[in-house]
Parts: sequence; C-alpha cells; structure tokens
Amino acid sequence: MLFVLLLLHAVCGTAVLVGGRRLGRGVWLLGALAPASAVVWLLADGGRVVSGAGVANRAEWVPELGLALDLRADPFSALMIVLVSGIGVLVYAYAWHYFGTSGRAGRVAGLLTLFAGSMLGVVLADNLLALYVFWELTSITSYLLIGVDDADPDARAAAQHALLVTALGGLVMLGGFVVLGQEAGTYQISEMLAAPPAGTTTAVALVLILVGAFTKSAQYPFHSWLPGAMVAPTPISAYLHSAAMVKAGVYLVARLAPGFAAVGPWRPLVVGVGLVTMIAGGLRALRPFDLKQLLAFGTISQLGFMTVLFGIGRPAATAAGCALILAHGLFKAALFMVVGIVDHEAHTRDIRRLPALGRGWGPTKVVAVVSAASMAAIPPLAGFIAKEQAYGALVDGSGGDRVALAGIVAGSVLTVVYSVRFTCALIRPSLVSDDAAERAVADHAPGQAFVLPAAVLAAGSIVLGVVPAVWSAFVDHAADALDPRAHAHLELWHGVTAPLVLSLVTLGTGALLFWRRRQVAAVQAHLTFPVTGAQVYEGTVRGVLELAGRVTSLVQSGSLPIYAGIILSTAAIASVAAMVSGAWWPGWPDLVGGPAHIPIAGILLGGGVAATVARRRFAAALLLGVVGYGMAMLFVVQGAPDLALTQFAIETLSVVVFLLVLRVLPDRFERRAPAVNRPLRLAVSAAVGIFVVLMAIAAAGSRTEPSVSREMSDEALPEGHGRNVVNVILVDIRGMDTMGEITVLATAGIGIVALARAGRPPRRVASPSSRSDAAEEVGSE
Amino acid sequence: MIRRSLILETTVRLVFDGALVLSIYLLFAGHNQPGGGFVGGLVAAAAIALRYIAGGPDDVLSMLRLRPRGFLSAGLALATGTALVPLAFGDTPLDHQAVEWHLDLLGTVKFTTATVFDTGVYLIVVGLVLMIFEALGEDPDGDEVTAQEEGP
Repeated sequence: MLFVLLLLHAVCGTAVLVGGRRLGRGVWLLGALAPASAVVWLLADGGRVVSGAGVANRAEWVPELGLALDLRADPFSALMIVLVSGIGVLVYAYAWHYFGTSGRAGRVAGLLTLFAGSMLGVVLADNLLALYVFWELTSITSYLLIGVDDADPDARAAAQHALLVTALGGLVMLGGFVVLGQEAGTYQISEMLAAPPAGTTTAVALVLILVGAFTKSAQYPFHSWLPGAMVAPTPISAYLHSAAMVKAGVYLVARLAPGFAAVGPWRPLVVGVGLVTMIAGGLRALRPFDLKQLLAFGTISQLGFMTVLFGIGRPAATAAGCALILAHGLFKAALFMVVGIVDHEAHTRDIRRLPALGRGWGPTKVVAVVSAASMAAIPPLAGFIAKEQAYGALVDGSGGDRVALAGIVAGSVLTVVYSVRFTCALIRPSLVSDDAAERAVADHAPGQAFVLPAAVLAAGSIVLGVVPAVWSAFVDHAADALDPRAHAHLELWHGVTAPLVLSLVTLGTGALLFWRRRQVAAVQAHLTFPVTGAQVYEGTVRGVLELAGRVTSLVQSGSLPIYAGIILSTAAIASVAAMVSGAWWPGWPDLVGGPAHIPIAGILLGGGVAATVARRRFAAALLLGVVGYGMAMLFVVQGAPDLALTQFAIETLSVVVFLLVLRVLPDRFERRAPAVNRPLRLAVSAAVGIFVVLMAIAAAGSRTEPSVSREMSDEALPEGHGRNVVNVILVDIRGMDTMGEITVLATAGIGIVALARAGRPPRRVASPSSRSDAAEEVGSE
Repeated sequence: MIRRSLILETTVRLVFDGALVLSIYLLFAGHNQPGGGFVGGLVAAAAIALRYIAGGPDDVLSMLRLRPRGFLSAGLALATGTALVPLAFGDTPLDHQAVEWHLDLLGTVKFTTATVFDTGVYLIVVGLVLMIFEALGEDPDGDEVTAQEEGP
C-alpha cells in the first residue's frame, strides 16, 4: 500500500506536468489527489499504524548487497504524514486561489505533487539508501520549485543556492550512511536502531550524516539558502517551511537520536548547532521588513529548536519535539498563507509599504493573530502546549540540559518578539516601521475561500491547544515509536510548575523587548556578525570557480598535438607497466590466421598509411573510414556479425560527423611549425604502435581463470530467452551496465549540444510548414 | 544554405524508408539473430544522416514529430521504466519475461520484455545522433544570415 501511495504521487505529478495548461484549474485537483489519498489512507487504515503495529512493505533490489526498498509506517511516520500530506492538501486548496489560471500553475502543481511524494518517501523509507534517494529527490524538486519563475535571475540564483547547499550536504550524508551501514552490518534503519553500533567509526559517520541534516534543515552555518528560497511563490514557501524539505533534516535527527545521542560528539554538536541556530535565527528575524523574510528567519530559529529537542536524546524532549513539529507545521503554514494573501491582494509584503488592511480583512487578521500567538506560545494554543512540554523535559535535567534549557528560553523570548512584530505589521504597521507617510487603504479584500485553508490551520492551533486530549495519544505513540521510554501527556494546565513560570518569564521578557524595540535595534546594529551566511556561500562558490579556472588553464593547453601526445604516451606507458608486472609473453601467435585475412590486412595497412600522408583533411577522414570498414570485415571473417554490423554503422556515422566538423576547418592541413616536433611525434607513434600490439598479444595469453563466456552462452536461452548471446548480455545479463551506458550517452548528448550551441541564439526551424511548428511545440512541452 | 540536388534527394528518399525498415527489423530480430537496439538505432541514424546530407538540417528536423531531445528522454524513460517494472512483481530490476504466441500463419512468435528495453536503447541512439546533427550540423554562417534577415 505504501508503494501505491508513492507511485500515485509520481503518476499524478507527471500527469499534471504533461497535461499542463490543458487541465486548467484541474491541475490542482489532480495534483492534490495523491496527498489526499495518503490522508484518506491514514484515516481509514491508520488505526493499525498509530496503535504501534506499523505497516511495512519491502521490495528487493539487489539482495546480494542487502539493497532493498523498505518502507514502513510507524506512529512517528503517521505524524509526519499528517504534516506532509495533510498540510499538502491545504496548500493545494490555497494555491487554487493564489495562482488562479496563471500559466505556470501546471508546472507548480505537478512539481508540488512530486515534491510531496519525495518527502513522503523520506518519512516512509526504512533503508538508509532509499532514504537518501528520496532525500535528494526533495532537493531536486525543491530546486525546480524555487526556480519556477525561470525567467527571473534572482529565482535561478536562489534555486541554485538551495540545490548546491542541500545536495552537497546530501552527498556528505551519503558518505556517512555508507560508513554507518557497513559498521552496523545493515542499512535497514529499524534494524540498525535495535542494536546501534558505537565507536569512533560510527562517530565519524554520524558527523557526516549530521552535516546533511543541518544543510537540509537550514541550521547555522548552512542556513543561508532558506531566506533566499523566499523568491518562490508563497504556496511553495508555505509548504517548504512548514511540512516538507526543512523538516527532513529534523526528521532524520529524530529518527537517529534515540540510538546515537550518546555516541561521540552527537549531543554537544547537535545541541550546540541547534541553539546557535535558534538564537541567531531569532535575532535575524527582528530586522527584515519583508514579511516573508521575517518568517523565514523565524523558521530557521524554530528548526534549531526542534533540532535541540530531538537531538538531545532525552525521552521527554523527544516527546516535546513530536508535539512541536506538528504545532509548528500548523502555525507556520497558516502564517505563510496570510503573507501570501496580503502579497496577492495588496501587491507588497514590505512592512513599510503595507496598506492599512480594513474592511473584509477580519478573517485574515484573526488567522494571523491566532497563528502568531501559537508561534509565541501564548496559552491556550498548540504552540504553548508544545513549549510547556519542551521546558518540562529539560527543567529537571543535568548541567548540559540546563544549558540547553537556557538557550531555548532565550530563543523563545526572541520568538515572542518577532511574533509580536509580525502581528503588529499586519494590524498596526506604524508600530514597527519608522516612516510616517500615511498609508493607503487596501482597495480589495481576499475572498472567503482564499482564507479558508489558513483558517483551517488556525482552527487546528486553537483546538489542539484548548483540547489537548485530541492529540495527546497521537503524540504519545509517535514519541514511543522513536524511543520506547518517551511518553507524552499533553495538558493545558499542569498547575503552577517550573515550566509555567518559565513560559510567563518568556512572554514577559519578550513583551519587554518589544516595548524597548528601538534600544534593541540600536544594540543589534552594533552586534552584526563579521560575515553573513550568504557571503560565506558566495565566497565558496567564487573560490571553487576560480580554482576550476586555474586548474583548467594549467591542464588545458588548447593544443591538440599535446593532448594527443599525452593520451597516446599514457596508453603506451600503461601497457608497458601492465606487461612488466606479470609473466607476460605467451609466444607469437600465427602471423596469418586464414587466407581472407591477407587482403583485409592490406586494406587496413593501406588505409592507415594513406590517412597519415593525406594532405587534405577530407581525404584523411575518408581513409580513416576505410580502416574502420576493414576492421568490420575482419569481424565478419572471424564470425562476429553483431560486432561487424555495429562497426559498419559507426564508421558510416563517424564519416558524416567528420564532414560536419570539417566544413568549418581549412581544406588542407596547415604547414606550420608544429607544437610537438617531428622526431618526438614519430617516437610516440612508434611506441604506441609497438606496445599496444605487444599488449594485445600478452593480454590474450595471460588468462588465469576460466572464461565466463561459456556460462553466458549457456544461460542465454533459458535465462535470457534469446539466442543472440551478445544481445542477451546487453539487455539482460549485464542490463544494469547498459542502463548506465545509455544514461551516459544521453548526458553526453545534452553536453554536446550545450557546448556546440553555447552563446548562439536558440535555433528556429526555418521551413515555414505547419508540421515543423507542431514538432517544435511537441518538443518544447 | 546547402545546395540541394534533386537526384540525390530522390534517391535518398527511396533508400531512407528501406533503411528505417531494416533498422526496425534489426531491433526486433536482435534477441535471436545479429542485431539489437544499438545497431538498429545506428542504422536508423545512418539513414537520417543520408537525409541530412541531401536536404540539410531543416529537411531532417521538419520530418520529425519529436525534437531530438524528445527521442532521448522517451528512450531513457522507456528503458528505466522497463527496468523498474519487475520490482512491482517482487522480482529484481531488469528481470525480463518472455511470452510466446502460436500463430498459424506466422508460426511461433516470441516476445520478451527485453525488446522494450532495447527499444529504449534504439531511441536513445537515434536521439543522440539527431542531437549531434542539430548541434554541429548548422550552416556555420547561417545564424548571422538569419539574424540579418529578421532584423534586431
């Protein structure tokens, strides 16, 4: 069933992308079908999952390597599905109104479905390698989503920034996965956590994995891609920030922490990075005038908070993390939707230019206030319940836990300040913006249906806050699935306890700081970081490009004779090295194998010699073709029709391609002073000729193991259903090789076109027939 | 603009269809006799090369319903799809199945899913060669001429 859900995302997403404009607003319905079915499945069949029995599906990939596609849904996955698919459906409902019938709707909807599917894969995968694949799929789909306005250079740069950072982190993480998998003897996550390895190797692996998680969850110092990703249309931001992508890193930390929190540097590293992120992100959220930017830094701060809770590896903190991840999804998605509504109706989201939101904006304002209050952890809202849990989990702990608690309180104070700032920006913008210019009044208000998805989320924040019993058991099971010792009992009123006092202190200090915001801003102006994350990123990219430029100018002389000389001498030297290292000489083979060989050898030799002395490039190319055809004839004589056929076709094509290139070169070879002088050329040529022939003779005679070709021809008909052994090898026995080769071919093709066409305007089909126009249209879709 | 020769063009058109049929024959016969998707694709590409020499890039591109990269992506999708289908039935990827039909007139016809995979290879080879023609095959001075004709 889990496979079907993932497949449904792939099919719906692709269908929407292909269908595009023809579907009109149907793109949102078809796109939402996949996440909606995940929600329906959870509602219908979820009892089994939530109660702890779980659902597991497995498909073997390469059993010999222990490579399998393992999916499992446990209560924590169920919690993530509520986020990924549940919020996903609301985002679709919101995007329906946001995009209307805009031309890019099809692309956004399709990519969003693929993105949701990838994220669903991340939370369902029970195998590290499968998780990695889904993880990178979220990187790629989010890259396409952030850069969906591909005509905008800012969007392209932001998308590239996000992709470079998260994919690089992903690669580092893959290294960690492989080391960890080898150390544990299994790549299955549940199996690994049942008996987690420890030791130095494991510690190294964990650090590598954490780098991946930090880049994905925008932790300092890798956070800078997330604010940049704000260029994406707001529905995408809402989803990216609340449910998908950035939650993947937190998810991974949550999964691994119960088994590995005590290993090596995990706890200090995760808690340290999380706290820095929480506080630095909160500080940065106090400054921007762009509402989305404000929320983006708020997300970074909250992600730091979640990283601390899950990463510290205390059962109670894990439970608090489960509550927070859900509460955060609810309020952050709603807040982004509100910003999107304001941006959509008032055409700005800059606090200094916001119009006064008057008549008809009531529901939007209510949603904003409720969600921001939940973010600030004001009772009786979901955010408050989660924060009480977090305080309660750490208040009785050891010294390290106290430090984490102090950091969290500090971060939460900042959260209160930027939450109030956000709310004021919408309700009384003059409070948080200096300019005294009178504000226009927004000329039209959003429709009820546009606000509805955000209202549903805000209602969720209220219900979960007022009636904690609704989600207490759900969170309890989720925490239990991560760590059997973790239990959550969510309540609004615990009595007058330390967490409540801390909450009140947090709110009070936050209010005080907001009241004194001018002084805070003055202090902050002096407290800027020496470098920002964006500068680090830009510097790194620039450095890599410079290095690449230097290396290229060092190794790429641009002289064909030098290239050919290096390649050929390497071929000669390598073959000598191989021969010297073994007992190599099997004796001379027969000089002539059969009578047919003599004329063919004549053609080969004649063609070869003629090609070297030819004066005209065109003649040389044709003579090379003669050599190739001669080889093909040799294959025919030796009984290899497949090879011969391929060689004939290749030679024919090569000649044509030569012709294409030769048109732009002079007719004859130039008589210039060559870069490599004549004796040296002769020496290299002779060495290559002699040593390659010797190598061929030596290689043919140095077999030590029996050949596998017998086995392959025996297996071809019964196993591969074919009598042509060559073909059976290509498509069946070594089918994976072919798979890789055709991928390389396709990539090479794209590269050739890109290189040859670099700097030239896009080609138009010149003939005015309607058919070619149709071809153009089909091709471009 | 390439100077076109009527005799060459007519001859090429005659040969072209035959060569395409041959390439498809090679594709389907490949599993039991010499041939296969790679060779088939190369033969088709050679046929297209002939068309190209006779009629230039526009002749080639106007006869296609798909842009070259369309062939490439279709081929890659087909091959990957065939490779992944066995997973749904609990087999390992690229595990091929064979079906046989006994038809009175044609004798026994055997079809293996390997042929579908091979078709993907065929499409990729054709697409790749078309892309090379598209990239290298333009008249080197053609762009400037078009630009002048169209004006700024």
